[in-house]
Amino acid sequence: MDTKKFVIKQISVFSENRPGRLAAIAHALGEEKVNILAFSIAEANGFGVVRALVDHPQKAHDKLQSMGFNIAFTDVIAVKMKDQPGGLYEVAKILGDAGINIEYSYAYSGKEGAVLILRVDQVEDAIKKIQKSGATLIERSVFH
Amino acid sequence: MVLQMFWDKKIETLKPVELRELQFKRLKKTFNQVQNVPFYRNLLAEAGIKKTSIKTLEDIRKIPFTKKQDLRDGYPFGFFAVPLRDIVRIHTTSGTTGKPTVVGYTRNDLDTWSDLIARNMTMVGITKDDIFQNMVNYGMFTGGLGFHYGAEKIGMTVIPSATGNTKRQIDMINDFGVTTIHCTPSYAMHLSEVAEEMGTGLDSLKTGLFGAEPWSESTRKTLEERLGVTAYDSYGMSELFGPGVAFECQERDGLHIWHDSYLVEIIDPRTGETVADGERGELVVTPLVKEAMPLLRYRTGDVTMLMEDGCLCKRGKKIARLTGRSDDMLVIRGINVFPSQIEHVLLKIPEVGNQFMVYIDRINHLDEMTVDVEINREFFSGELEDLARLQKKVVKELRDALELRTTVKLVEPGSLPRFEGKAKRVIDRREAI
Repeated sequence: MDTKKFVIKQISVFSENRPGRLAAIAHALGEEKVNILAFSIAEANGFGVVRALVDHPQKAHDKLQSMGFNIAFTDVIAVKMKDQPGGLYEVAKILGDAGINIEYSYAYSGKEGAVLILRVDQVEDAIKKIQKSGATLIERSVFH
Repeated sequence: MVLQMFWDKKIETLKPVELRELQFKRLKKTFNQVQNVPFYRNLLAEAGIKKTSIKTLEDIRKIPFTKKQDLRDGYPFGFFAVPLRDIVRIHTTSGTTGKPTVVGYTRNDLDTWSDLIARNMTMVGITKDDIFQNMVNYGMFTGGLGFHYGAEKIGMTVIPSATGNTKRQIDMINDFGVTTIHCTPSYAMHLSEVAEEMGTGLDSLKTGLFGAEPWSESTRKTLEERLGVTAYDSYGMSELFGPGVAFECQERDGLHIWHDSYLVEIIDPRTGETVADGERGELVVTPLVKEAMPLLRYRTGDVTMLMEDGCLCKRGKKIARLTGRSDDMLVIRGINVFPSQIEHVLLKIPEVGNQFMVYIDRINHLDEMTVDVEINREFFSGELEDLARLQKKVVKELRDALELRTTVKLVEPGSLPRFEGKAKRVIDRREAI
């Protein structure tokens, strides 16, 4: 089974916790015509990591790196949800029952419905389990 | 008029001629003692100085200075002039490049040192009837055990409370009827505020001995009002035994440095030339009574001056209160920190860059040090957890090296200032204490 096509490249950007950092990142991506599909900010003691799912990850990576940002790719997977009450519960229950441990997660609701993005520790294993569980994984090609 | 008290009246009030004689006798003894240290044999041979070259006290100026770096290079026991079996105690002081500076003591040294502390405490009117709480670090820092043994020698009732747990410290002061305390001036300020919060007075206190960091006359006034003590300034450093080198008498106008035990020079730190009395310069000391670790012309890095006027108490020439350094050493919560120590710690952590900035603030009278450090691009995994772990690691490595808790801020690579020429990596935002 080809699990690779379900592995999506998220960009993770280190950012100090001070005003204007998100604007700087967003402005740079806009200039490069990179579209942000989903994003979240995780913050710790004085700093944070901006996580984004974009249509052109390599372009975003190169642009931000050239500006001096610390940037890395992180493998994530995306699970389709019903865009209606109970949609998240349905997916979350499947993941829980399948024994998948989520490191972090964020979601968005777009034209094609709602999507749950997951960072898990064992990506391939998680993909197999999710497929077996009956939930629908979204292929990388849908994003980029 | 206060009653003058002496621990060793004869020595403390020697006439200038007799003092010079004693100093010269002890200098010659020290000169012999340093012959056991390879560093000094080389130093003296290179400078062409023989025993016969030292005919007067002033001849000492022919001898090159000893610097802290020399002591570091001798790590660990390179400066010991006696076999290790005759060393009964070791203390260390923070070094600048990872390794500390080691100081050693013979049994006689410990006796001499505690005698000097006893002199100081007696000078300010403390007796065996006093109850003494020693609120400084007991450990490798010389302030704890140094004062402890001096106070015991006088016969005081000693409470080795060390640092921390301010409420318990206050309870002990009140429950045990403590009359005398020793701590850093900033901790004394903190103590007074916690006592106020607890709604308790510290009525038994009479005398406060404060040292290990520079403090002002206005702090003296505040501490005296808040704690109900008479406050005295204490000076010393591990290389010269520890605390006890110089101390204020009851006049509290300058510190009596013990000239029978320490030969004092004040130099221009740039030229090395002696400056006149009343002129500020770097304090250079040749200890005259040390067995385990004799030193010649040791550059303390502390800035002071020899005061011109004599003292009502009839003891020897005083030095002015110490206010500054001739190098970049910082004093943080009484602990000496060199910026190069921080650099050295960061060099050992590949996940962070070598650029850094240090900010020092005083929050609730206690010093807080914040170190900004860049994360290294190559080590960025994208995971927040790895960054949090890295932050903790830097805090721990700094604490291990400096014995100081710091706040570490991870910043973006390239965001810290780069310096051409002399770097200004330290921003001290503290107001004078």
